[in-house]
Amino acid sequence: MSYEFLEREGMYSGHVACPGCGAAIAMRFLLKALGEKTVLVIPACCWSIIAGPYPQSALRVPVLHTAFETGGAVSSGIRAALDVKGDTETVVVTWAGDGGTFDIGFQALSGAVERNEDIFYVCYDNEAYMNTGVQRSSSTPYGAWTTTTPATDWKKMRKKNIVEILAAHRIPYVATASIAFPEDFMRKVKKARAIKGSRFLHVYASCPTGWRIPSEMAVKIARMAVQTNIFPLYEVENGTKYTINYRSKGYLVKEYFRLQGRFKHLTEKDLEQIQEMIDEDWKLLLQKAGITSISEM
Amino acid sequence: MKKVIEGSHAVSEAVRLVKAEVISAYPITPQTHIVELLSEYCATGVMKARFLRVESEHSALAALIGASTAGARTFTATSSQGLAYMHELIHWTAGARLPIVMAVVNRALAPGWNIWTEQTDTLSQRDTGWLQFYCEDGQEALDTTVMAYKLAEQVNLPVMVVLDAFFLSHTYEPVDIPDPDQVDSFLPPFEPKFQLDPLNPCAFNQLSPPNVYMEMRYSMHESSLYALRAYQDIEKEFQDIFGRAYGVVEAVMCDDAEIIMVTSGTVTSTCRLLIEELRASGERVGLLKIKVFRPFPAEQVIDALRNAKKICVIDRNISFGSMGIFAQEIRASFCNESLKPQIFGFIAGLGGRDITVDTLKEIYFTAKENEHPERPDIWVNLNTEVLS
Ligand SMILES: Cc1ncc(C[n+]2csc(CCOP(=O)(O)OP(=O)(O)O)c2C)c(N)n1
Ligand code: SF4
Ligand SMILES: [Mg+2]
Repeated sequence: MSYEFLEREGMYSGHVACPGCGAAIAMRFLLKALGEKTVLVIPACCWSIIAGPYPQSALRVPVLHTAFETGGAVSSGIRAALDVKGDTETVVVTWAGDGGTFDIGFQALSGAVERNEDIFYVCYDNEAYMNTGVQRSSSTPYGAWTTTTPATDWKKMRKKNIVEILAAHRIPYVATASIAFPEDFMRKVKKARAIKGSRFLHVYASCPTGWRIPSEMAVKIARMAVQTNIFPLYEVENGTKYTINYRSKGYLVKEYFRLQGRFKHLTEKDLEQIQEMIDEDWKLLLQKAGITSISEM
Repeated sequence: MKKVIEGSHAVSEAVRLVKAEVISAYPITPQTHIVELLSEYCATGVMKARFLRVESEHSALAALIGASTAGARTFTATSSQGLAYMHELIHWTAGARLPIVMAVVNRALAPGWNIWTEQTDTLSQRDTGWLQFYCEDGQEALDTTVMAYKLAEQVNLPVMVVLDAFFLSHTYEPVDIPDPDQVDSFLPPFEPKFQLDPLNPCAFNQLSPPNVYMEMRYSMHESSLYALRAYQDIEKEFQDIFGRAYGVVEAVMCDDAEIIMVTSGTVTSTCRLLIEELRASGERVGLLKIKVFRPFPAEQVIDALRNAKKICVIDRNISFGSMGIFAQEIRASFCNESLKPQIFGFIAGLGGRDITVDTLKEIYFTAKENEHPERPDIWVNLNTEVLS
């Protein structure tokens, strides 16, 4: 890690995230890597609160808080204005939750990247609508409890694969990142910052409150999501060139599931089925990356 | 320079003249001609603006919210379903105090599908904080759009410039297109007090708890009320340069009138013909055109109407379960006056049905022949066959 990464802070202390909030950790890494010439767009999400109430702000960059489903469009408009004014240096970054990205903001996001707007869209994924009290989103994983998918009727649908959808738009850069892998995360942010056109970063950001985990487990669980291949770290350039950034040591998904209150209703059999689903997804990803056997990596 | 152009293009020309910097739009009949010409102007370099071809009206306005907060002069246009779809951001734009100007071509809301004119789409946005100006012809559409920018940027509130579908948007008329230098002298470049700026990082539209929210709304309301005075001053300046003015309302032969017809939009032109005809046959009739609907010019309306015996308000819109919306506003304006005329509210021309001189004549005589209105909303020319 370079010295610059360690020194630069884009966040002030005094934000109002829950202890151990992965979304707060993720923002800190993001701003360290982006630097000053940044404009942030934040649609409704936990970060609408975390950043602090009027007249304070926990962020050292200009922020436009905006309506829930407008992340893709508002940043397009800012980019257009900056371009017309001749400011090509400032990077316009949307910072949205999974709900604002996978669900209600999906249309505006798809529209923006289809136009290949010169914007950097970062989704911090805590796998539910946390701001409104842990309701399911289309990013909520198969098997999870949320307040709208109670333990007696837990979520039976797979998590929407947003990275593949974005890659299918053939934009210059799509990648995943995790709060447990800061060097990889910040390298990707720097890389994305330097690219012109639409860039999308999907950041795994654990939520102690919504996942029913102790706050000190936030980073460990995020790391396990990568180690179990539940959340692989990879990049897709121009929709076709896949690079897998982390090689799993073959941890079992049940180790990850057993640590979280949101999965405690699942039986051994459910977990076996989930293991199969994760294996299947991983194999599919390897195929896309042109890797037919693990030893090729 | 006078040119025969479409009403829609009168708006496009105004947007060119004010040098809008970011335009964003989504097509819907009958708004399309406005933005098609602008996209051409942007493509051919006639304008230096960026034109965003977004995937919805919601995103059209969202993009302008971003662009305007970043300090650009912005424009969009829509109609009916598109305006309804924007609704969340209509509130947002005004609350964020952004001087966005939007042309709305009035069109009836579905279902059933109907592309023809009706004002319910814009009037049902009346409580959002947008200023609303209704236009009668192409010249007024152009001039109002130019003035709208000056006003919006002065009071930090967005403006809707409203045009009737087809009767105005698709009608060709001679329009005096101002000289660009003159427009430059009238309207300075947009320089907002606050904008997104990495050198001076500010948070916009953040969490606003009860201890501050109410004051924000009070200030918005005060600015909205102040906009009426500001508009009149701006119009004086406009008149000095361009020789044209419209007034927040226009009273025609109201001084000695016993019955006054109240109109907005293109129905006004039809009504001008009627009052000429009726005056010629000795009827004491007048006409009040309401141009500015938000802020509502209650004082000007009362002044124009107070000496008449009867008022005929023509509403091409309906607030279901209540009455016509202009009638509501006028009745509310008069509620504390000791002397009030009888106010007849007529619902006419919904879904683009023609309002002809004969329709207006029927309205006039209904008021003349009745002491009081039989109900707050009198529906004109209902077809009993369709109803049964
Ligand atoms: C149009 C609209 N619908 C609903 C809401 C309420 N709302 C605010 S934030 C939120 C959930 C956000 O979820 P996500 O994007 O995943 O972010 P998180 O809160 O999890 O960080 C919802 C439902 C809203 N603000 N706007
Ligand atoms: S609910 Fe979750 S995402 Fe929201 S602030 Fe708390 S820990 Fe962070
Ligand atoms: Mg979420």
